Amino acid sequence: MTLTEQAPSGTAPAPLRDGDLTSLLMIRHFEWKLLDLFAEGKLNGTTHTCLGQEYIPVSLNPLLSAGDFLFSNHRGHGHYLARFADPAGLLAEITGREGAVCGGVGGSQHIFRDTYLSTGIQGESLPVAAGAALHFKRAGLPHVAVVYIGDGTWGEGSVYEALNIARLWELPLLVVVENNGISQTTPGSVNMAGTIAGRARAFDVDHHRVTSNDVRHIRAELAPLIDRVRHQHMPLVVEFDTVRLGPHSKGDDTRPAREIEAARARDWYGALRAEDPERFDRLDQEQRQLIAGVAADVLARPLVAGETA
Amino acid sequence: MKRNERVGENLNQALHRVMESHEDVYLIGEDVLDPYGGAFNITKGLSDRFADRVLTTPISENAILGVANGLALTGNKPIAEMMFGDFITLAFDQIVNFSAKSVSMYGATHPMHLVVRCPVGGRRGYGPTHSQSPQKHFLGVPDLHLFELSPFHDNATVLEGMVELGKPCIFFEDKVLYTERRHQGGPVGDLFSLEFTGEDPFPVARLFIEDTAPELVIVAPGGLAQRAVDAARELFLQHEIACEIYVPSALYPFDAQLLAEPVARAGRVCVVEDAPPGGSWGAEVAHQLYSTCWDSLRAPVRLVHSADSVIPTALHLERDVLVSSESLELALKELAQ
Ligand SMILES: Cc1ncc(C[n+]2csc(CCOP(=O)(O)OP(=O)(O)O)c2C)c(N)n1
Repeated sequence: MTLTEQAPSGTAPAPLRDGDLTSLLMIRHFEWKLLDLFAEGKLNGTTHTCLGQEYIPVSLNPLLSAGDFLFSNHRGHGHYLARFADPAGLLAEITGREGAVCGGVGGSQHIFRDTYLSTGIQGESLPVAAGAALHFKRAGLPHVAVVYIGDGTWGEGSVYEALNIARLWELPLLVVVENNGISQTTPGSVNMAGTIAGRARAFDVDHHRVTSNDVRHIRAELAPLIDRVRHQHMPLVVEFDTVRLGPHSKGDDTRPAREIEAARARDWYGALRAEDPERFDRLDQEQRQLIAGVAADVLARPLVAGETA
Repeated sequence: MKRNERVGENLNQALHRVMESHEDVYLIGEDVLDPYGGAFNITKGLSDRFADRVLTTPISENAILGVANGLALTGNKPIAEMMFGDFITLAFDQIVNFSAKSVSMYGATHPMHLVVRCPVGGRRGYGPTHSQSPQKHFLGVPDLHLFELSPFHDNATVLEGMVELGKPCIFFEDKVLYTERRHQGGPVGDLFSLEFTGEDPFPVARLFIEDTAPELVIVAPGGLAQRAVDAARELFLQHEIACEIYVPSALYPFDAQLLAEPVARAGRVCVVEDAPPGGSWGAEVAHQLYSTCWDSLRAPVRLVHSADSVIPTALHLERDVLVSSESLELALKELAQ
């Protein structure tokens, strides 16, 4: 069954809670800071920012419990921060400083904390998440395995092996697709035949497309669907029609300027500011300062001590 | 030990034992349900007894390992079966990049209890894509442990050891062994005494001729053990050349320390395996032996492999490619000179 898209309700939404706006802005400023640090030559290796997509994990966060297993990917800072609000631990991890969540071994794309795990191989987490979902179902736990993937990752066979199994075994698996229309430099038109909805339908897996970037609408829309995954043990694909505002990693945005502009026009940042500029600016300033302080603190820490076996 | 028990039966019983004693052990693979019980019947009876922990899957090797990884990550102890070891190439990513790396890439040690069972080797006429010995492709992966089935070891001990290790394990099972008799006590090949050296649960089987100083040491994993015994037996009876044979259970990491003393004594050593030459397990063992026994080696470590070839289907063609007791005997004779 394919669930139809719900039109966002016409009534003016209740104001966004401070906590949600704070979370959105924390992620935004964290990512901006990372790009700055790169420009200053203070970061090693690579990193993928989620600029433009922050609202996705922030929307999902209260719909998920601490026991739900989150599988994140290369673009996972927002996923992590929405759950743990721990910019210092994450930045220490990315910069290999004391206090790093994973001892500096994992870096930006390999984080494991409680029931949160990310890894840098596209598509690899889907069958793993199916295994975790199987565990929850067998153990009678009311938990969901959630896996974040991009649209480009639908090129991987592991996605289909996992969807097939998740539907056959009726597993509480939630696949969150952050469809930003581009995979590194390759637009969707060049790497995907058909649609994500059509592919989910082929496996008789429910699919729901989210076009809004409004945290309030999204939650209202998704709450009953995620409930069904959790309690009726049915996999679900939720596809967010979203935008990537920044480069794929750093300085590698090959899109024409007008495309980037079109993406910017869809940013939540300006829209939320317009709702209540005074409050927005206050929280924005708070988060800007918080992240600046975190960065100054973390970068002054000693390098993490290597632990060799 | 039951009389006349076959190696495959012993392995099947070991699986029954481990599933009975561990509520968190799952078995996952293709066509593993009763009454079939897997392509080689090794999982027979398991789904009848442990219906909710024996999972038959679509033909999806990558997802078999993926699901097993998810189960291991959430604290279970899955055993995954590859129908044929050749198909493990489709699960390479899950094993190398997830099972193994998850142990240490997150800064602390995260135990991953996971066993991948792999029927390997030729001599059953299955041809190039169903007869390989892919052990070498998994050598040298941090935290990934490789083991091999043997006719001497007790599989209940070995399996329990792998399940409890906390690091992902691949168990390579020469499929010809399944139908062969386990060693029942008494001399092996009417000639060799058997004892175990090294520690449980993965000791090394040592086959030796009583009161005879060996001139050669043969290192042979389980699948090659019978061929090594046959070759060594002929060598002794026809040419009075005495060999001592070591059959390890653990292939990698491999600890050559146990071999240092006997190799130093004999001065000549042959490592035999069923894979083609190039980046092989034998080369890894040889390297260790050069490092530990250089001064006492009287000849280069002799490696015996299958030919540098795919494995043909026709029996007579396959015979020319794989290691036989005759080809091994020839190599040993040369080495002894
Ligand atoms: C198996 C694998 N192949 C290639 C890559 C390199 N890579 C990293 S991110 C990426 C693009 C992913 O695109 P998409 O799934 O659309 O996610 P997005 O980056 O847009 O969030 C690629 C090709 C990888 N990490 N893993």
